[in-house]
Amino acid sequence: MYLENRGNRPTKSGFGQGILEAGRLHPGLLVLGADITASVGLDLFAREFPDRFFSLGIAEQNCAGVAAGLALSGKIPVFSTYGVFAALRSADQIRVSVCYNNLHVIIGGAHAGLSVGPDGATHQALEDIAIMRVLPNMTLLSPCDATQATLLTKKAIKDLKGPVYIRFGREAVPDFIPENINTTIGKGQLIKNGNDISIIATGHMVWEALQAAKMLEMKGVDARVINIHTIKPIDKDIIIDAARETKKIVTVEEHQVLGGFGSAVAEVVAQHCPVKMKIIGVKDTFGESGQPAELMLKYGLHAENIFKEAMILINDSQ
Amino acid sequence: MAFKKIQDLESLKKISHNIRSNIIRSLAASGSGHTGASLGLADVFTCLYFSVMNHDPQNPKWEDRDRLILSIGHVAPVLYATLAQAGYFPQEELLTLRKLGSRLQGHPGRDHGLPGIELSAGSLGQGLSVATGIALAAKYDKKNHRIFCVMGDGELQEGAVWEAAMSASHYRLDNLCVIVDRNKLQIDGSTSDVMEIEPLADKWLSFGWKVLACNGNNHDELLSSFSENEKSQGRPVVIIANTLMGKGVKAIENNYRWHGKAPTKEEAEQFMAALE
Repeated sequence: MYLENRGNRPTKSGFGQGILEAGRLHPGLLVLGADITASVGLDLFAREFPDRFFSLGIAEQNCAGVAAGLALSGKIPVFSTYGVFAALRSADQIRVSVCYNNLHVIIGGAHAGLSVGPDGATHQALEDIAIMRVLPNMTLLSPCDATQATLLTKKAIKDLKGPVYIRFGREAVPDFIPENINTTIGKGQLIKNGNDISIIATGHMVWEALQAAKMLEMKGVDARVINIHTIKPIDKDIIIDAARETKKIVTVEEHQVLGGFGSAVAEVVAQHCPVKMKIIGVKDTFGESGQPAELMLKYGLHAENIFKEAMILINDSQ
Repeated sequence: MAFKKIQDLESLKKISHNIRSNIIRSLAASGSGHTGASLGLADVFTCLYFSVMNHDPQNPKWEDRDRLILSIGHVAPVLYATLAQAGYFPQEELLTLRKLGSRLQGHPGRDHGLPGIELSAGSLGQGLSVATGIALAAKYDKKNHRIFCVMGDGELQEGAVWEAAMSASHYRLDNLCVIVDRNKLQIDGSTSDVMEIEPLADKWLSFGWKVLACNGNNHDELLSSFSENEKSQGRPVVIIANTLMGKGVKAIENNYRWHGKAPTKEEAEQFMAALE
């Protein structure tokens, strides 16, 4: 009934593995480096295919534009840097050169969320979902664990035709999604069924949501847990069903609560089946230095807080 | 089959005249758009599309074609008039410029299906990065086609241009040629007042580029520069094309107020009558 943790791995490694495996299948896959090749998981590819790896230095705007040029020439370019820089520093290049031209460029947003830890606010990507999801033609992926990061990366490269932003983190997090579970871009995943409340989460918050569901069960609350690994295009059906059948929804993301994943879910809920919601995330503030686990506690991005917020919603009889 | 190239200067002048005339017609029909630099670039575009580039209007996606990346999307009228002149689409379509449903968007948009458009662009400072990517792919594939990128002088104030310039020389992209439209004017006034970009040749040189300069309104000088460009080995080339904004229409030449303005129907008639 509950999925088990096979051991902790960073989603970054899953992405890097996915790029490597896709690189073996697609000779046109070329990788661009922005000086932080190993820390975004691309060192595996760079070692195996040195002639298909192009270092472009600390110049994210140029990286995005060069990627567009490679894609116009029939290549499958991969451009990855920290999510803060990928989504913000090169936002205009991604908007015009990549998305307006609807080019198949794979953008890796590394170090997603607070869990970068001690580096502090400048390097914690907490706005990338909000920015990337409003760009026409963009597909926005947010795998819940390393296994899923590999799978989604390979699928995105093989099956999609337009731009893709894949969001992943540095910290080792529970790897729990079975490889044989159906993972389809654009489809949410029912991780645990339940009818009293739905916890809809993205990224490694899905694991925390699952732990919160266990705590809720102790209180006699049967929670549904849904993994949304594709934030855009979002799976409306699974959200509408959850709203209709459980009447209450909690969303969880390692990201700002404004304009992010919770907002994306709320757009569906408000227009199709309005129910009470609680959006858990970083509350319109910058992050700070600290150990990843300390930060997750401080900012309420952990099972205990999800449980607490869910109980408030359950007890809210309005 | 590639487009038959013209070297005869008199014929090229006539083509530039037609292109200018069509720029004025299309801008007057649209009621908005960028007249000054579009007219100023007519000779550069004539040389590129009628003498220099290998391309085929009957087969716009020909794999081995030379590519023109227009980084300054606002001079779309000169690109459109040139493409129509070369036979990519009927000249009458130029009168739909900037209108709802037109394939001739205010800034080039590939998604609207106009043949010959390589890139949707117009946010300044992006084209050179894309051109660099195309040139890098050509090198990687051991292809011989060339990539031309038309940039504005004011555009060089965008920092990302220099990221791209650095990367193109790092990868020794001698298949890449930038043409800088050096008309010394931008919306707020002269480039030296708004933000000085000189010493321009030294900037490109220090970034590892081969630098050429010419009168960008003189076909003969332009053709010499383009032929010099082809001899570059191991370095990307920039041609600083010294042009006159509004070239061809004396009444508006070198007047920055005509950067982003279209002529009225009456003005258009006067301009066409006075066209040199």
